[in-house]
Amino acid sequence: MATQTTTSADAFYKQLGRMYGTYTGGFIAFIILLAILEQFGVPNKVLGYLFVGFTIVVYAVIGVMTRTAQVSEYYVAGRRVPAFYNGMATGADWMSAASFVGMAGTLFLLGYDGIAWVLGWTGGFVLVSILIGPYLRKFGAYTVPDFLAFRFGGNFARILGVLVLVCCSFTYVTAQVYGTGLIASRFLGMPFELAVFAGLAGILLCSMLGGMRAVTWTQIAQYIVLIIAYLTPIVILSTNKFGIPIPELTYGQAIVEITAREGQMLKDGLATLCTAASCPAGSLKAHITPFINYSPLNFFGIIFCMMVGTASLPHILMRYFTTPSVREARQSVSWSLLFIFLLYFSAPAYAAFSKLEVYTNIIGRDVASLRPWLFTWGELGLIQICGKNAVNLDAAIAACKAIAGHPGVVRLQDFVINTDVIVLSTPEIAGLPYVISGLVAAGGLAAALSTADGLLLAIANALSHDVYYKMLDPNAPTVRRLTVARVLLFIVAVISAYLASTKPGDILAMVGWAFSLAMAGNFPALVMGIWWKRATATGAICGIIAGFGLCLFYLVCTRYFPGVGVKYFGMTSLLNPVTGAPVVDIVRAMALPNAMESWPTLAHPMANKVGWFNLNNINCGLLGMPLGFLVIYVVSLMGKEPSKEMQAFIDEIRKPRGRTVLEEKV
Amino acid sequence: MASQSNTDAHWKKTTNLMFIHLGVWFFFGYVIHMFVIPLNTIIIPVLGFPLGFYMAAQGSLIVFVVMLFMFAKQQDKIDREFGMAEDD
Repeated sequence: MATQTTTSADAFYKQLGRMYGTYTGGFIAFIILLAILEQFGVPNKVLGYLFVGFTIVVYAVIGVMTRTAQVSEYYVAGRRVPAFYNGMATGADWMSAASFVGMAGTLFLLGYDGIAWVLGWTGGFVLVSILIGPYLRKFGAYTVPDFLAFRFGGNFARILGVLVLVCCSFTYVTAQVYGTGLIASRFLGMPFELAVFAGLAGILLCSMLGGMRAVTWTQIAQYIVLIIAYLTPIVILSTNKFGIPIPELTYGQAIVEITAREGQMLKDGLATLCTAASCPAGSLKAHITPFINYSPLNFFGIIFCMMVGTASLPHILMRYFTTPSVREARQSVSWSLLFIFLLYFSAPAYAAFSKLEVYTNIIGRDVASLRPWLFTWGELGLIQICGKNAVNLDAAIAACKAIAGHPGVVRLQDFVINTDVIVLSTPEIAGLPYVISGLVAAGGLAAALSTADGLLLAIANALSHDVYYKMLDPNAPTVRRLTVARVLLFIVAVISAYLASTKPGDILAMVGWAFSLAMAGNFPALVMGIWWKRATATGAICGIIAGFGLCLFYLVCTRYFPGVGVKYFGMTSLLNPVTGAPVVDIVRAMALPNAMESWPTLAHPMANKVGWFNLNNINCGLLGMPLGFLVIYVVSLMGKEPSKEMQAFIDEIRKPRGRTVLEEKV
Repeated sequence: MASQSNTDAHWKKTTNLMFIHLGVWFFFGYVIHMFVIPLNTIIIPVLGFPLGFYMAAQGSLIVFVVMLFMFAKQQDKIDREFGMAEDD
């Protein structure tokens, strides 16, 4: 019997390599086929539909083929996903629409300071592997709240865990659904609302029937699409420009040229330099100069919050529950980071190449000689010339003429580009055929879909496993548990799609908050629970409430009740990192008649602009997490030492050998 | 049968390894970037990157990837040494 399972498992692994190898080959063949079709004059719109349609059908087929009726398959993919493949799945799970589409744009805008995000979103995996992931795998949980409940005395800790999880995952998943809608509507010309629900169908097809098992195998397929899509345009661009197909090496030259060009633009009066004396909007901030967009505190704060947030986000941690062993969980984190690294270390190259293009072929050129790729994005309101959307050449010329004393050439302050355009427009800038643009769209879609799947599963699993099964109906039979899980998944998905279809600007801005919230709520309890035997249930519960509470307070207060924050909590204006001047005049803003009201829109002059210690609210985890640790430490020491059984249990999760601590009856 | 002293010794070595790797992580995640301005005066030959920029955009990331593979190996070695590794 035992040998039989081993051989079938071996065959399964062997088959995996062949299956995904064939799939990758098939995908490349498909790209070539479409490239040939394009040469025969098949219209772009048809190519776009073929690309997106084909990839979604493939994901759906995988999702349906891997459906399951077993609880452990549904929640943790039967714990037999090999390290290498789990790494790929985690890569897709991790890299969202924001990473794929937005990151390069952020680097374009912020230069060196934008790298805080690159560092923050990679270095966190070090913490996952060293401090948390493998131990949770040994514990044998289905969800993160499972661990909190077992270690910290039951359902109160469990419900706190669920609360933290839902708070940080829900806004995040809504942003992903929004991302699918945005990409589908841009490339396929569908109405946005329709595109959101089409994306929703794609997401549900992958996750409804097979839970974690189906999501794992589709995420691997999605990773392959997204990484090919991300690297192809930039590799071609690098080969064309510098003769070497490794953009990560050649963009050093681009940076040298950017720096030279920046000096030239200042000399020619095409830009004004942002200096400590004056730094108006649209003035030049040199690409490689550090700490001009974020103060050093906020720069390192972002790195720290994103790193620790990574190690606290439930949808990432639960991926490591699916490996066959603790050893493979560790290896799997390494593979994850390698696969993520491939995209993240290429993003600065995108930014540099685009910036060079803008600085050489747009800034300093006659307005009348603007290149046509620009207007496709101008029509969508994503590129502005002289303060107006650049819908066509005439509009751009007219807009510049309207500015008194305009020299007729495009100056730096005349040009505004939405960060999403950088990656999406690179194929056009490089003059590549449309098939590459379609490929990029398919890649962006894969990134958004895969992250949405992982997040939805995390939320639905917490609700079905932790709330329904563990708290409401512990005797529920398997069939009912799985039905409840699927129904909840569906409900959460529909709610997030509905929210996304209303285009809530605020929710998108809140995604960064998820990291700080997860960090403040989960990190101290998880780390102390594993690494400190003396941590007690009361200590952890107080720590979670205090840390998470402080972080949430700081976010909500600075964003929605800045007047209250200034008046009662001693908050002051944030400072401009270059000039050191307050970004908002508090005295004047507080004198306004409605200064004390809450502000659901960004219109409030103080929203997101006040705080303590000049700390950006995205970094609120820096306040919450230390408080969480401190409270757990102090309250634990005041109480009685945890029982002998609990201490033996902690010893058990520290040893890879042996059975998992928590055994589920199947 | 694993005795308590064996368990403690295993955990002590595991903790040491944890601190060493956290130290490396902290150095390449934070400390080195505090010196970005002096480092930027050094230009990497041929490639053209200023060193401070390069360390943030690529250097530290490469260190993170390599150290995670090393950590998985080293921790596995510790587990085997104390008879706590899983069967292959």
